[in-house]
Amino acid sequence: MNKRKLVSYSKYGYIFAIPFIVAFAIFTLYPIIFTLIIGFTNHEGIVPPKLKLLKDPFENFKYLFKKRGSGKMSYFLLSLITTARLWVINFIPQLTLGLLLSAWFTDNRVKVKGQGFFKVVFYLPNIITAATVAIMFRALFGFPVGPINDLLKSLHLIKNPIEFLNKKATTRAIVEFVQCWQWYGSTMITLIAAVIGINPEIFEAAEIDGANRIQKFFRITLPSVRPIMLFTLVTSMIGGLSMFDIPYLLASGGPDNATQTIALFIYNNAFTQPYKYNRAAAASICLFIIIVILSVGLFYIMRDKDAAKMEKLRKQALKKGRV
Amino acid sequence: MASNQVAMSSKKRDSIIFKTVIYIVCIILALLSIWPFLNMLINSTRSTAEITSTSISLVPSKYMADNIKKLNKQNMFKPLVGLKNSFIISTCVTVLSVYFSCLTAYAIFAYQWKLKKAFFGLVVGVMMLPGTVTMIGFYRACYQFHLTNNKLMLILPSIAAPMTVFFMKQYLEGAVSLEIVESARIDGSGEFHTFNSIVLPIMKPAMATQAIFAFVGSWNNYFLPMILFNKAKNYTMPIMVSLLRMDQYKTEYGCVYIGLSMTALPLIIIYLFLSKYIVSGVALGSVKG
Repeated sequence: MNKRKLVSYSKYGYIFAIPFIVAFAIFTLYPIIFTLIIGFTNHEGIVPPKLKLLKDPFENFKYLFKKRGSGKMSYFLLSLITTARLWVINFIPQLTLGLLLSAWFTDNRVKVKGQGFFKVVFYLPNIITAATVAIMFRALFGFPVGPINDLLKSLHLIKNPIEFLNKKATTRAIVEFVQCWQWYGSTMITLIAAVIGINPEIFEAAEIDGANRIQKFFRITLPSVRPIMLFTLVTSMIGGLSMFDIPYLLASGGPDNATQTIALFIYNNAFTQPYKYNRAAAASICLFIIIVILSVGLFYIMRDKDAAKMEKLRKQALKKGRV
Repeated sequence: MASNQVAMSSKKRDSIIFKTVIYIVCIILALLSIWPFLNMLINSTRSTAEITSTSISLVPSKYMADNIKKLNKQNMFKPLVGLKNSFIISTCVTVLSVYFSCLTAYAIFAYQWKLKKAFFGLVVGVMMLPGTVTMIGFYRACYQFHLTNNKLMLILPSIAAPMTVFFMKQYLEGAVSLEIVESARIDGSGEFHTFNSIVLPIMKPAMATQAIFAFVGSWNNYFLPMILFNKAKNYTMPIMVSLLRMDQYKTEYGCVYIGLSMTALPLIIIYLFLSKYIVSGVALGSVKG
């Protein structure tokens, strides 16, 4: 009886999912397939010729990895390394700050006052348009007139203004700082929620056993929030792989390609002379493959959690059955 | 007894030191978050000459109107046009993504269908896919069908918002029981009607949270509109702000700061009102995700 009912309603599952499926097919699936096709074709120039498969279909892909004239690494590989570098150096302090603050804010011995205020303020940079943030930091590190230069001068740390955005190291550092500054608040809030989710009895038991703050952090907090940390890691990594706004608007990928990320590489190839849509498409496909690998990893993390939940429910049901 | 007291007081002292360190770090971080925006707002009221002499100040000046006038003179940065476009796009995106995500999540939650598992796998699988990957194909397709400069190309894709679907499905599992749906059926309510009149009202809290994030996400999107729109009348707020990099503004510091303030201030004000929901929304989304 019950089963027949379920079957008779099942068509609504399809009907209600149709809008999503249609929109997904048109606006995500079709563009991906089209991108893939473009990657193997002669689609380039301001008015691209009729779509035609290249003689060597992998020409665009090969170009991405081919060394430049003087034996230097290709611009694509360079942009991959730049992206990884910008992401890693922003993520380490971001996670460290997030963990530290979440441990402090959830410490029930030291009740930090004004937590609500601090959380709101730390998250503030994340809500502001990245484009605005980039231009604001451009002004902050302006040369010869800019607040940071003025600050350093008034502290007598420098005599002459520094052209921050004309040096590779400082430009990279600024991009990394801005990324970290925009995202550590979000990481912190995420981790606080995870720490609050830990059974307080575990902490109480540890306190009775005489565990100190550091022991509690490394033995209880850190292992318990590991799944959430992994989730943050993967989402941040994928976000980092498509990093565009800050390096583009702050430094246009420069100086000397120091902040040219993959997204910028794709953009520059497709939308500046000589409009190499095919090459940009090939790079997009490479990026897609990298992201698929990472997403599969994420999928496993989340599936395990659900499976564990199911297992628990099954055991509970069994227990109930026995009683 | 005495040694016990000593131990107690040393523990107390440690705790005070620990607390002081926490507050110092927090105050420094808070200043780092606030000062760039504060300095930007103050500088937007100062003349270019004042900023040139020192670009750090804690006292507002009286040249705000002047700066706005100068900004308008260049005839490129048009905050009202940007505001209008951003508002239209973000509102439509929010409505579509929240409503259709609820519907899609409900399809997964309430019905048993053959491809359900595969479909949910797809939703999770493409959850993280950034626009960068599909951008070239998307742009070339829009170009071929003469759909660049069409706002719908930014709005309609939000019908398929995998992240929101995922969140809504998690919420449904906790908040709605199928018994309510069953009893509605017995009362003769159609499936679509049940969804709209019974399920949606229960989902209001989740919808509110997701609406905020959908709106902010769309509002802050720079990459896609920048590629798709080349007519100034279509520019959204982030594109407007990116114009402030141009040479015309290179030495017009006052203009740059007032332009920046115009784009940041609406968000800051809205954030101050909704911060409670936003912060708890971030926490909720992550733990469930």
